[in-house]
Amino acid sequence: MYSFTDITHWIDRLLRNSMTDGWTLFVEFILIGAVIMVAYALLALFLIYVERRVCAWFQCRIGPNRVGPWGLFQTGADMIKILLKELIRINRADRFLFRLASFMVIIGSICTFGALPFVKGLQAIDFNIGVFYLLAVSSLGVVGILLAGWSSNSKYTMIGAMRSGAQLISYELSCGLSLLAIVILSGTMQLSEIVAQQSEMWFIFKGHVPAVIAFVIYLIAGHAETNRGPFDLPEAESELTAGYHTEYSGIQFGFFYLAEYMNMFIIAAIASTMFLGGWMPLHIPGWEGFNRVMDYIPSFAWFLGKTGFCIFLALWVRWSFPRLRIDQLLNLEWKVLMPISLVNILLMAITVIL
Amino acid sequence: MIRYIKNIFLGIYCLLQGMYISMLNMIRPKVTEKYPENRGRKEMMERFRGLLTMPHNEQNEHKCTACGICMINCPNGTIQVISRKEPDEATGKEKRVLDRHLYDLGSCTFCALCTIACPQDAIAWSPVFEHTVFTRNKLVKQLNREGSKLEVKTGKS
Repeated sequence: MYSFTDITHWIDRLLRNSMTDGWTLFVEFILIGAVIMVAYALLALFLIYVERRVCAWFQCRIGPNRVGPWGLFQTGADMIKILLKELIRINRADRFLFRLASFMVIIGSICTFGALPFVKGLQAIDFNIGVFYLLAVSSLGVVGILLAGWSSNSKYTMIGAMRSGAQLISYELSCGLSLLAIVILSGTMQLSEIVAQQSEMWFIFKGHVPAVIAFVIYLIAGHAETNRGPFDLPEAESELTAGYHTEYSGIQFGFFYLAEYMNMFIIAAIASTMFLGGWMPLHIPGWEGFNRVMDYIPSFAWFLGKTGFCIFLALWVRWSFPRLRIDQLLNLEWKVLMPISLVNILLMAITVIL
Repeated sequence: MIRYIKNIFLGIYCLLQGMYISMLNMIRPKVTEKYPENRGRKEMMERFRGLLTMPHNEQNEHKCTACGICMINCPNGTIQVISRKEPDEATGKEKRVLDRHLYDLGSCTFCALCTIACPQDAIAWSPVFEHTVFTRNKLVKQLNREGSKLEVKTGKS
């Protein structure tokens, strides 16, 4: 299987030959940042297109099909429109926090995006506490959402932000607990190590029943964390117009929008990394020929395929179910998902010991 | 405790059922028409009320006797039947003949009271639906063609 470390090392050597070590590091930081941000924006645009198309299919419509072939440039046109829009000043809003909130949301999501192992050898930063980092940084978004709700000086945003705070903080628990089950199974928090351990078999198969339960719980909790689907109380349009981003306009709204879609991608990517093997091809122990054939499929195809599968599951759920009430939402978390994931961790520990 | 576990499994079963139904909807072929692309190929429904017409046969003859029932029936004065008197060739008596049958598409509500009331079935609906013009007076259409006359009935009426 081709490793992208060759390319990265080649670039590194090229830079080191022409400048000092400090400057090399600086240029590499900027390069990686630029690549990640461009990839982030492009992926988000594509995801918005996919979402609109799939949602249209679920509702027996066709979806965007006018701008470009199959409507592919529709989201690009939307982006240009949103960039040209006026940024409206809200009367008696806390201007500094109001501006800061949209950046907080998108910074949290870009930081998470940057640490994901995309392809073999393409991972911007490989912590030894990678899972911990992902969980910590992805929950930074809730600060942005609360700030947005508080600073816009509007009752809708306030209620939306409070709901969002309650929801995100409680679902963070079962999210973390279900990932903890995989950490117990793998014995490490380093993402590259977790992916490498799945070379014989993906964790969802290796971990027997507890891994499957953890996978399902992670999908539900992660879905709730993206504020979408049946859990979209923070922006329930029939009750709160648009929830915490009611007062935002132009590119500030665009940031919230991008962050929402990329959070969906990030949750799907984490699920595929932790449970479905990330960029690791499907290997079945004992079937040498089959494994070799699977190795010929490039690793980015595996990663994107698995992530796409998880994203499709999220869209499917989103367009199938009605919105939960706030008490049902908290019941689901505290009375169902939390106890199950706690028991699940115990189960996983027993399986690992045996 | 047993009810709690039972509820969870029941919930999962119900959710899966819902997802199955939405998946059926997703793979169902879509019926949306892509309009400007299928222009000319699109067949409208047989009973679609697009435009009031007066069918003429090959000899440029219509069935309208200029009785004016359609004009009376029309709730918003869309139809105007203008007739003239002409001596009948067979009897020599004065007879009413259709001069112009004017139809204003701009005020028509497509209620079809005129076609239902017409005793001769002289007017009918056509499924043409592209009516866009730039000025309003182009919407007033003359339904009978130039030089057309009443179709002579053969056999008993």
